[in-house]
Amino acid sequence: MDYKTHATNIRKNIVKMVAEAKSGHPGGSLSAADILTVLYFHEMDINEENASSIDRDRFVLSKGHASPLLYAVLAEKGILKEEELSTFRKINSKLQGHPNMNYVKGVDMSTGSLGQGISCAVGMALANKIQHNDHRIYALLGDGECEEGQVWEAAMAAAHYQLDNLCAIVDFNGLQIDGDITKVMNPTPLDKKFEAFGWHVIVIDGHEYGQIEEAFAKAREVKGKPTMIIAKTIKGKGVSFMENNAAWHGSAPNAEQLAEALEELGGSR
Amino acid sequence: MGIATREAYGKALAELIKENERVVVLDADLTKSTKTSEAKKACPERHFNMGIAEGNMMSVAAGLAASGQIVYASSFAMFAAGRAYEQIRNSIGYPHLNVKICATHAGITVGEDGASHQAIEDLALMRVIPGMKVFQPCDAKETREMIKAIAEVEGPCYVRLGRSGVDDVNDENYQFELGKGVVLHEGKDVAIIATGMMVQEALKAKEELKEAGIEPTIVNIHTIKPIDEELIEKLAKTHKVLITCEEHSVIGGLGGAVAEVTARRCPARIEMIGVQDTFGESGTPQALLEKYGLNAKAIAKKVKEVLQ
Repeated sequence: MDYKTHATNIRKNIVKMVAEAKSGHPGGSLSAADILTVLYFHEMDINEENASSIDRDRFVLSKGHASPLLYAVLAEKGILKEEELSTFRKINSKLQGHPNMNYVKGVDMSTGSLGQGISCAVGMALANKIQHNDHRIYALLGDGECEEGQVWEAAMAAAHYQLDNLCAIVDFNGLQIDGDITKVMNPTPLDKKFEAFGWHVIVIDGHEYGQIEEAFAKAREVKGKPTMIIAKTIKGKGVSFMENNAAWHGSAPNAEQLAEALEELGGSR
Repeated sequence: MGIATREAYGKALAELIKENERVVVLDADLTKSTKTSEAKKACPERHFNMGIAEGNMMSVAAGLAASGQIVYASSFAMFAAGRAYEQIRNSIGYPHLNVKICATHAGITVGEDGASHQAIEDLALMRVIPGMKVFQPCDAKETREMIKAIAEVEGPCYVRLGRSGVDDVNDENYQFELGKGVVLHEGKDVAIIATGMMVQEALKAKEELKEAGIEPTIVNIHTIKPIDEELIEKLAKTHKVLITCEEHSVIGGLGGAVAEVTARRCPARIEMIGVQDTFGESGTPQALLEKYGLNAKAIAKKVKEVLQ
């Protein structure tokens, strides 16, 4: 199966989950779907067999509100049962609104409070150095998340300890709940800032599979410093009425909107 | 007087980091004050200075723990439990990760630095986090035993340590038993339930009260959560009044924990000696303890009052 097919399946499950739950965060889940598709189907050595182990590459969803994306990816990988996705955000479900590492096989860190996941990823990368293993640590941040001071504390620490086994990605979709990131509290220029903090920075189009693959490959070659991939994306990517609209940061489509979204994504399967 | 519990912590940690290769130590630019500098000397490759960034330090600790390490993370109680509260709650507490937060300079005996550095709320903040175990040793021996014992405990722990020297309450044969209160003296009518440096003050108060023919029971509570409910119930049933003593706010700390037990199991009269819903200030530890009513004299006075 190619990236496009995986990503489309993932996007369909994202909108279905959020519609079924009548709550959740579709916009920032859809924007990073292509990035995580490449990460989970090409870059990371995670599979159904090793998902419960820490003896592999690991991923921290620092923007924990994009949990529908992570769950949909794990389902696409066969690590999570697809039928469980309909329990998302419901009582007694493993699939909490924000991911819990103790409930879901393949979730490598509990996240949700912005800014903390990237620090946890720094700790995991540091642990890999202490343990002298070759596993890599990945983290996905929101661009709005970079307004959290803790992101910069983590950035300082990752560079200070030369964590070249850490590769973070900013899902740069330009929007946060209250609107345009540059109008709410401008965190840009993120590339220059992370460079100044001692990171190797790669700027890509976060919907171009070739560019995503190549960025991960380059990050592996960088020694002595962590890599930040700034992936320019479209919030709500794939569902035209959600695209570039901050209103879809944290709201659910109704039945009619869901049908329209699935139609655009190639029909419900 | 013996050494401060923070000094005993530093020595114990220096041994532990060599004994147990899973142990990693984090500090936030206070290694000489928290005494994790001792562990750094013993094993520099597993001691990391995270700089003046406590929130990041706690989440980094969580990441290390999620990778199988046992993490001891230290700062002053104000900046560990206070500043980094939400990181402790969400990065460490919620996933129940193996991080031991060892916070020094707790309470008003921080002294001259003043109220900004005197954590009198940390027990309350840490106690309320689901699954967090909360400890406060009373002397060097207990600290040493406790620091080693919690390495074997799965999940998050908070250990409250002091800046100033304290009496050696326990002898060399003392064995720390997690969750068990220690009856240091069996008396009658009044049971003084103390934690941390207030244990030495309670023992001094007992001596003062001898002259008046009063003999209170003295109990050391080193594990504030999970607290020894059986012992507290027994004390409540066999004494007229319980007096809790802590170098912490009277809200939410040891006093609160004891009252929560008696309210459910055996309603009892409780008096609480602690900081009375106010901030501290600069001064020598001794002057502060005197002014805020946290010494043997204040305890003895309270015992006499309640027996009248």
